[in-house]
Amino acid sequence: MSILVNKNTKVLVQGLTGKTGTFHTEQALAYYGTQMVGGIHPKKGGETWTGSKGESLPIFASVAEGKEKTGADASVIYVPPAGAADAIIEAIEAEIPFITCITEGIPVADMVRVKARLDRSSSRLLGPNCPGILTPEECKIGIMPGSIFRKGSVGIVSRSGTLTYEAVFQTSNEGLGQTTAVGIGGDPVKGTEFIDVLEMFLADDATTSIIMIGEIGGSAEEDAAQFLIDEAKKGRKKPMAGFIAGRTAPKGRTMGHAGAVVSGGKGDAESKIAAMEAAGIRVSPSPARLGKTLVEVLKG
Amino acid sequence: MNIHEYQGKALLKSFGAPVAEGVAIFSADEAEAAAKSLPGPLYVVKSQIHAGGRGKGKFKELGPDAKGGVRLAFSIEEAKAHAKEMLGNTLVTAQTGPAGKQVNRLYIEDGADIDRELYLSLLVDRSVGQVAFVVSTEGGMDIEAVAHDTPEKILTVAINPEAGVTADDLAKLTSALKLDGEAKADAEKLFPILYKAFVEKDMSLLEINPLIVMKNGRMRVLDAKVSFDGNALFRHDDIKALRDETEEDAKEIEASKWDLAYVALDGNIGCMVNGAGLAMATMDIIKLYGKEPANFCDVGGGAGKEKVAAAFKIITADPKVEGILVNIFGGIMKCDVIAEGVVAAVQEVGLKVPLVVRLEGTNVELGKKILNESGLAITAADDLDDAAKKIVAAING
Repeated sequence: MSILVNKNTKVLVQGLTGKTGTFHTEQALAYYGTQMVGGIHPKKGGETWTGSKGESLPIFASVAEGKEKTGADASVIYVPPAGAADAIIEAIEAEIPFITCITEGIPVADMVRVKARLDRSSSRLLGPNCPGILTPEECKIGIMPGSIFRKGSVGIVSRSGTLTYEAVFQTSNEGLGQTTAVGIGGDPVKGTEFIDVLEMFLADDATTSIIMIGEIGGSAEEDAAQFLIDEAKKGRKKPMAGFIAGRTAPKGRTMGHAGAVVSGGKGDAESKIAAMEAAGIRVSPSPARLGKTLVEVLKG
Repeated sequence: MNIHEYQGKALLKSFGAPVAEGVAIFSADEAEAAAKSLPGPLYVVKSQIHAGGRGKGKFKELGPDAKGGVRLAFSIEEAKAHAKEMLGNTLVTAQTGPAGKQVNRLYIEDGADIDRELYLSLLVDRSVGQVAFVVSTEGGMDIEAVAHDTPEKILTVAINPEAGVTADDLAKLTSALKLDGEAKADAEKLFPILYKAFVEKDMSLLEINPLIVMKNGRMRVLDAKVSFDGNALFRHDDIKALRDETEEDAKEIEASKWDLAYVALDGNIGCMVNGAGLAMATMDIIKLYGKEPANFCDVGGGAGKEKVAAAFKIITADPKVEGILVNIFGGIMKCDVIAEGVVAAVQEVGLKVPLVVRLEGTNVELGKKILNESGLAITAADDLDDAAKKIVAAING
């Protein structure tokens, strides 16, 4: 099993015709035949997209049309920042069940607007400013490098894209493999939080252990830790390892991710690590020891 | 992006907020004319730097008994004397660090008769994904200390973006601030104005500390700390024009021209990484092996060869840097692009310090091939741990 996406997931691409959209759609098609079923472009509806290896996909003028003609149940967004919020809202209004937004640099005010619309819908949004989601040997949505994955038993959830890859790479090297890896993104206002993904991993039988990677800023890690403590009381618990990036970051400065800033003594690495450890997560001091730390936890 | 207090106040005034009359000056010669243009007889001379704690701050060049970075003047002569003493000197506050900041601009403002000092800020409350007001009756103080010692004195009210500031929101805010009469009426006008300014101008923080009730019962914005969402500057040319580059690190300015996420730090290992999380983790692991990073640098996902080369040049130009660690886990970023950028930069500016490169992910083989065939003295690393060990070892000699 897996969470959110599998071999039956049909994906539309918003922003397919750009350079980034094209490159990553080619990669997705090459990854165990992920079902990329079409692209969206308001002015190029009816045309055909052609990849560098001769792949082709139909282009639709709107998400609604694309959904109707392909039966898509997911979309991925590579639209540049200025238009990305409207692209998400278009997907929400077309009632796409699962929307992933890769775009980095969307104004926060736009995401506040998106969030209000999202809360009145049945759609789930992953991101923005995230690497996407990948279920090994079944479905790749977004920009994660498929070659480092291996089918297995670890569920991975992370605020950072490249640290997701570290966790994947290391768990593959340890022979554990992954059920699904989910990058929830580095923006302060986003669609899916740690708790949402942890809930799904706890419910997924194939996922027998979890890696959670957080970073400074906000209180999502502390909230997730409290959620895990509450669930453990109900008997729902899985072995977990974790990491928090930004221990050495100076206060009050934004570290790349718009969401990664320590302010007012809140959101610092130490309080997050303490909360996660209190919830039974073994937090690795080194980002290079995520896989090994999980193996140690599993050995007991 | 941050702006000065006087710029923030002018912006809020343009939205209709009650702000005192004031004039910004850049040299002491302008002080007299500035003060004369104000009603008087009380003036406030305020240092304009991008850091808080100015009132309690001290000037490095003046004696310990000299007054701080915000001063009252009871005559035009006194305002002139303050301006002469303050301009050009270095103000050290709790937020500037020991190096302090040179005061190049002053704001001379009409004084106010203060009855009560309140605290108000607007920010994006990430836990609900909405803009929120944070208010407290304890104005004029360090709000972090208030939050720590008396959290019950702080109220947060999140605003539903589809409804805007409602009568219910206003009732909660004015009640928490214990406002009545004219002050309450002023607040009911002011708060929606502040919300509008925050949203329309894509602010990330608007902090008014203090917001005052004057002895005549009216409200006034006495201070304004305004930060903007860097991701939204593309649609605000008027805000971009307010940027004061003298307040920023030269390396950070150069980096921002290339749209690089770069933060200058105090250590001696330069870092170039893709992804903010991995960039922070790279700093963390350098520290774990006993060294300090010289910078945070995320080249981002979509960087081309030129941007990578620019990042590399900014890092090598930092005289503190004794070694460089390039750590790339390619997803959207392709390893060959990184390799080409590094090689191009080294060929242009040379390489005087050890360089350790770790490449993994998209197009990794191609990237490694480019580095190998370049003939440059680059130490390859297998993984993040190996990379950190190798750069620390190289520096320790």
